[in-house]
Amino acid sequence: MAKIFEKPKMLTDKPTHYCPGCTHGQAHILTARAIDKLNVKKIIGVAPVGCAVFAYEYFNCDMQEAAHGRAPAVATGIKRVIPDAIVFAYQGDGDLASIGMAEIVHAAARGENITVIFVNNAIYGMTGGQMAPTTMIGQKATTCQSGRSVALNGYPIHVSEMLSQLQGPCYIERVSCHDVKHIRQAQKAVDKAFQNQVEGRGFSMIEILATCPTNWGMNPIESNKYVEEVMCSVYPLGVYKDTTKEEA
Amino acid sequence: MEEKKLLKGNEAIAEAAIRGGCRAFFGYPITPQNEIPEYMSFRMPEVGGVFIQSESEVSAINMVYGAAGSGARAMTSSSSPGISLKQEGISYIAGAEVPCVIVNMVRSGPGLGGIQPAQCDYFQSVKGGGHGDYKMLVYGPNSVQECVDIMYNAFDKAFEYRMPVMILGDGMLGQIMEAVTLPPMKDFSNVPNPDWAADGTRYGNDRRVINSLYIQPDELEALNHKLFAKYDVLQEKECMYEEYLCEDAEIVITAYGTVARIAKSAVDMLRESGVKAGLLRPITVFPFPSDRFARLASRSEVKKFVSVELSMGQMVEDVRLAVNGKKPVEFFGRCGGNVMTGEDIVEYIIKGGK
Repeated sequence: MAKIFEKPKMLTDKPTHYCPGCTHGQAHILTARAIDKLNVKKIIGVAPVGCAVFAYEYFNCDMQEAAHGRAPAVATGIKRVIPDAIVFAYQGDGDLASIGMAEIVHAAARGENITVIFVNNAIYGMTGGQMAPTTMIGQKATTCQSGRSVALNGYPIHVSEMLSQLQGPCYIERVSCHDVKHIRQAQKAVDKAFQNQVEGRGFSMIEILATCPTNWGMNPIESNKYVEEVMCSVYPLGVYKDTTKEEA
Repeated sequence: MEEKKLLKGNEAIAEAAIRGGCRAFFGYPITPQNEIPEYMSFRMPEVGGVFIQSESEVSAINMVYGAAGSGARAMTSSSSPGISLKQEGISYIAGAEVPCVIVNMVRSGPGLGGIQPAQCDYFQSVKGGGHGDYKMLVYGPNSVQECVDIMYNAFDKAFEYRMPVMILGDGMLGQIMEAVTLPPMKDFSNVPNPDWAADGTRYGNDRRVINSLYIQPDELEALNHKLFAKYDVLQEKECMYEEYLCEDAEIVITAYGTVARIAKSAVDMLRESGVKAGLLRPITVFPFPSDRFARLASRSEVKKFVSVELSMGQMVEDVRLAVNGKKPVEFFGRCGGNVMTGEDIVEYIIKGGK
């Protein structure tokens, strides 16, 4: 019988701890498949703090576990001393857009030749559903139980839009995984973000809109619908920066 | 090749680090250590190394963690408020058993404090500093030459024990100029990357993970014991101190860093006026030379210990623990960036303490 599907080599056999319907598993697969396609000898990943804290148990390469928000700095240190390694940071929205905002902005501004996978589910998952920097106006969280209020909490941060204003980054795209069509588009974006690094083009970040059924209080199907109907309108999909096109 | 040069302490430390094999430096400006990143910014490229002026001290120590975790000889330097910011990263580095070197040119505090010399970071250096149970190997050199000698071998110690090493300089050390002999460049070009380093070359079952997260209590407790077993070895093998006229001393003055040089001149003055004073100078402040203090405390001729520091009294606590009630332990210090003279110490002793 012909084999039509295979687990990526860049993933270990360890069962993940992610909740049913969570996008992290898909984001891991996208990342692992992109790396599988590269013809490179050295890979080092940097895991975040948050739901993906155990990413170092799932990616099948050398890994470093960073402190909360510091993955881009850790990745920078690694990449600068081993420039021929492919170095990626995998981060959530609390990690990247709140406590680690300085690290991501400056890694992007320096044009560090690394790849960042940014999983945005608009909530703190691991700690139990608190408000994130990307929690949308009106969206409920355990620390804004009536919904995010502009008066109390201000506005959510649009990371891809913001970082694309910098001169440093090469490639920034926001993708979603709420259906097969979008997963395929997301794979192309993640592939390109890694290929850019192989070609020495500098900082690439893919923002993946993600579900959190557990903390959103929805089932997986409702969660996917929420991503499609609500998140995609607040956080529009698309390429925000691509200097490879400018060059061509 | 050895070279004799007249160098500022900060520059001497930077050059000694490079000669000791440092090939990655990450730092952020703060007085009084700015000559270190400035020197590294032009010197690192000359030796094929890496220099980044990071966006913060927090980022700098995490760059060190990344670079050192992949096997590089990486370091950072800062001064007190900046070290406070690095403590998170240092805790992770200690937990993940990553070797690196951190230089702290201590200024006065708390808060923004001042930019003048101080020793008020003793606690945050020798007691852990960040969260969790851990220590560093901490040196308190007293001259530019001793900074060079310690820095030159600091990476070897860090890699031997797989732990962060701190060089604790009271701000003066960074700023004074002294003649130093610089050692030859160490060559690590043929040394393979350490077998624990996550350098990107391993996959599957061979892969390496640099990590300080242990979700199972038994595993974490085992790590805690493993780390402390290393600290026991440090206590046994790495303790360094210098004694001056302690053989017949009745009053044992103790001080580390530049203050020990002032204390040494005070001992000479006291001897001239007939007071049998001696000096015990810890060179490692962790491990602390507790055994030596205990042995001196057991001598019948020793009447008391006086800890002289640029703080409100921090090392004195370790002296008291070591002396363990056998003899009185007094404290004399200046702070806020003020520095005592030898005469100040003499006056304190002659007047019979407080």
